[in-house]
Amino acid sequence: MSKERDVLTLPHDELEALQLEGIKKTLVKCYENVPFYKESFDAAGFDPYALETLEDLKNAPFTTKQDLRDNYPYKMFAVPMSEVREIHMSSGTTGIATVGGYTEHDLEIWGDCFARAIRYANGGKDDVCHVCYGYGLFTGGLGAHYGGVSAGCTTIPMSAGNTERQIRVLREMGSTILCCTPSYAMHIADTAISMGLDPKKDFSLKVGIHGAEAFSDNFRADLEKKFGYKVLDIYGLTETMGPGVAVECWEQQGLHLAEDHFYPEIIDPETGEVLPDGEWGELVLTTVDREATPVVRYRTRDITRIIPGECACGRTHKRIDRLHGRTDDMLIIRGVNVFPSQIEDVMKTVPELSSWYQVELTTVDHLDRVTLKVELEQGFDFDEIREIERLQKEVESRMKSALSVGLKVKIVEPKSIPRSEGKVKRVIDNREGVN
Amino acid sequence: MIDQITVFLENSEGRLAALCRTLAWANINMHSLVIADTTDYGVVRIICDDPARAIDVLKSADYRVISTKVAAIGVPNEPGGLAKLLATLDELGQNIEYGYCFTINGGMACDILKISGAKEASEAAKAVEEAGFKLLTLDDIA
Repeated sequence: MSKERDVLTLPHDELEALQLEGIKKTLVKCYENVPFYKESFDAAGFDPYALETLEDLKNAPFTTKQDLRDNYPYKMFAVPMSEVREIHMSSGTTGIATVGGYTEHDLEIWGDCFARAIRYANGGKDDVCHVCYGYGLFTGGLGAHYGGVSAGCTTIPMSAGNTERQIRVLREMGSTILCCTPSYAMHIADTAISMGLDPKKDFSLKVGIHGAEAFSDNFRADLEKKFGYKVLDIYGLTETMGPGVAVECWEQQGLHLAEDHFYPEIIDPETGEVLPDGEWGELVLTTVDREATPVVRYRTRDITRIIPGECACGRTHKRIDRLHGRTDDMLIIRGVNVFPSQIEDVMKTVPELSSWYQVELTTVDHLDRVTLKVELEQGFDFDEIREIERLQKEVESRMKSALSVGLKVKIVEPKSIPRSEGKVKRVIDNREGVN
Repeated sequence: MIDQITVFLENSEGRLAALCRTLAWANINMHSLVIADTTDYGVVRIICDDPARAIDVLKSADYRVISTKVAAIGVPNEPGGLAKLLATLDELGQNIEYGYCFTINGGMACDILKISGAKEASEAAKAVEEAGFKLLTLDDIA
């Protein structure tokens, strides 16, 4: 515990020295043990033995998701298989999965990194940590589980699904920490409310640690209002570890990146150039001390920025901003870049609508047609059709001014947008020539 | 003035049947059902014997449903019956949002009118009564 405090408040130059020392070893280990890195470094003329400063890392070539796929299943491993204790895989919805391997040391780091969220929330051995991320190859479930155990909590491995049972356990076991995706947390709250419960009174939750999906500030505020707890955002990806790469502290002013284990760069996704702190771009990560599957300059495709300045909480680790979305999530509609989170932000300014939405893309006469399906909140007076039409027009005009793209709003019945227990499917792309 | 229930339905197969089934299971009797339909959705307006319970039942079955005050006016079931009523409202300069009629026990028609504005609506109801029409309650309709 005290060692933990020390690392989190280490003066930044000491952190950098630690990063440099770790990355030097990582580069050599990658070069000598992983054929992919040998080829890629040699092709770029990058000498892994000659790194002098952290800035020099910008001369190393990037590693992409495709590179990891090309080396499926074990070719990115830098240790003998006898050292590997666990395997996780990213959801291979778009092709071959990417694999992450963990040694005992890697698992320990993972638990410790996730546990920081619990510690930031002043949680520990007196807490009951309810984990309803899916357990399995997805890093959410076991990552949160190791985090709960590492922080000393009583950890309940619920996994996702069977929402009524989740609600019963939340009540009866007196869970104080809820770990799941933000959309599933909302589904739990809404289901509890429809069962006649008040999640604020009937549950004992203090904090929700929610990640694996980008969610807006408004969505967070809505969750906090329904549960009467505080939401901390957590970030991570299978390719570098899983949830815990960066977590929010109680200040909720960005996510502290675990700089003792990861070195962040923000790049211009078009040119690959490193951008200064404060500027938005794609997050690139290098692992400092990962053993089984270290990565060098891994392009996360996540859009964020490094928040300049110090955090009021006193921790020295740099903060990344809440994600704008993944470059993969970004929709190009009639040539305009649109993130689903922008749509969500507009929706939350319309109290007549619930938080659930789905974007449907089709092609009509060779043009992109966007339909936004939304659900009415209870209480809106829709007796006169023109009131519904007024609401549709209002939302359409707000969307148009926020996104610079016109879309059609379609009001659907409550719960007809599928509720998800894992990652929510916000976009259905049925356009010709896409996919 | 009586309570009409208004339900939002998607314009898709089976939705109206499901709505009616839900009310049937709850043993609620409908006197009238009309649909204002658009391409994507419909607004269903129902007069039934127990609107408060119907709303509870539909809410717990995840329907979007609201209660709306409408004027139920008894009109003789003969040519010109509705025309006379509307002429009375017209003289008042009263705007009608929508209306529909159904027959009740033989010689009477029940005209349902949604008059915009709560104050205007109660004034209109008074004027209609003074002109000799009968304002109906749910008991009159049943």
